[in-house]
Amino acid sequence: MDTMRERFAAVTTDLLDHDPRLALVLADIGVDAFAPAAARHPDRVVNVGIREQLLIGTAGGLALTGMRPIAHTFASFLIERPWEQVKLDLVHQGVGAVLVSAAGSYDWPAGGRTHMAPGDVALLDTLPGWTVHVPGHPDEAETLLRHAAADGDSLAYVRLSAHRNEHPVPVVPGRFTRVREGSRGVVLAVGPMLDAVLAATETMDVTVLYAATVRPFDAAGLRAAIGERADVVLVEPYLAGTSATAAHDALADLPHRVLALGVPKEEHRHFGSIPEHLAAYGLDATALRARISEYVW
Amino acid sequence: MTTETPAVPYGFLDLPRLMALMTGDEKHGPAATSTLDALWVLYDRVLRVTPETADRQDRDRFLLSKGHGPMAYYAVLAAKGFLPAELLPSFGSYDSPLGHHPDRLLVPGAEISSGSLGHGLPLAVGTALGLRAQGLTDPAVWVLIGDAEFDEGSNHEAVAFAGAYGLDRLHVVAIDNSSATHGWRGGMAARFAAEGWSTETVDGRDHDALHRAFTAPHPGRPHAVVARVEPKTAA
Repeated sequence: MDTMRERFAAVTTDLLDHDPRLALVLADIGVDAFAPAAARHPDRVVNVGIREQLLIGTAGGLALTGMRPIAHTFASFLIERPWEQVKLDLVHQGVGAVLVSAAGSYDWPAGGRTHMAPGDVALLDTLPGWTVHVPGHPDEAETLLRHAAADGDSLAYVRLSAHRNEHPVPVVPGRFTRVREGSRGVVLAVGPMLDAVLAATETMDVTVLYAATVRPFDAAGLRAAIGERADVVLVEPYLAGTSATAAHDALADLPHRVLALGVPKEEHRHFGSIPEHLAAYGLDATALRARISEYVW
Repeated sequence: MTTETPAVPYGFLDLPRLMALMTGDEKHGPAATSTLDALWVLYDRVLRVTPETADRQDRDRFLLSKGHGPMAYYAVLAAKGFLPAELLPSFGSYDSPLGHHPDRLLVPGAEISSGSLGHGLPLAVGTALGLRAQGLTDPAVWVLIGDAEFDEGSNHEAVAFAGAYGLDRLHVVAIDNSSATHGWRGGMAARFAAEGWSTETVDGRDHDALHRAFTAPHPGRPHAVVARVEPKTAA
């Protein structure tokens, strides 16, 4: 099975062949995977070098001429480093783009803090208009990438990860999917967190919702899943609490509770592997079982 | 409000009066007019864009990167009929399209929104790439920066890339009024030349010299014109 990033390369290469409006901008990360696409479309596959302000500025300029830019690098260098370019060269100019990240939260634990950006989705929440896709499987990544590329001049963020679920969910972009029915609360698993959530809640009487698109937040989908109790647990593969406000807003007229689980804000100065970090963050199945069962009574 | 172009076109000598509609003063110091001559020569003699062709895909693009002090820009846009001169007195007021930094969604004829320094040149790189990718090899992309704005590192990402890439439809006019805190030893043009750009350094008040520099051939290379004007502090 391919990785999400490998699928991204294959899908984007195919899209470039068929949609002359698309252009891909890279900043040295992922260049090898796009060598065939660059050979076929030298004017629409551009590597600016290790220049991330220019990466986003170039995407904005391409969009100003009517093209649909796709920009890709690690989340730290796609969202955080050129943050003002995201705000001004895309949003403030009134143009769209597809930003595709990898290594968002804990994909490369041995790489340490410099290569972790668990706050990326929360940052994008400070700006208007972003659609945020967080696929949990390469097949979902393909669906969401194709949707984002064809989605007019929208602002789309696709957050790819090395962490993934065993099986894909047939996702509809923008909609939460109900994967298990229960009555004593709703657990919303985002992207790669689904397998651990399903294992953790196996013996619990809860509804499990799955989100591969978190912005816009499918408030109607969450409302429709509420059973006897408006108790909601969010399990997100990025900064804990990122979607808490959206969940509270969705349930604003109901007495409700929200437990927001995710990657802690505190720096975690350890290296190692993805499973070790998920365990340390309380996000593996064992930890989730304890945290969710204590909350959903 | 009318969007009709003036029956009698404005000339360069009308610009102080148009600026006065925004500033309330017909006498402007060098800082307020540092860009005025370069803007005028571009819009009057170089750029192939008019209010009628402002939406055409094959128009030349002018990106005002140095969005501070846009009175001269608005005056030139008004003189050339992109926006009605009657709008100028509203400068900076709540319902005016004319902010103290230009907003492309509000100002007719403005290609980009600017104000935060160092964004125009990277946007111009993307614009030049986008036109080239669409087979539009004729339209020119111009971006105006300032010598103090050049402090921003994002400019240097763009200068190095554009030179290496041979983006020959990309043009910079750099207004040098010696306002960069630490200066540019050896001159601004040297930074462009080192990255393979074609460069000219001229008197930024001399319209014929500006025109010659703006229209100098530069095959295979992007082109930078450094327009030197009175030091900002000399006002």
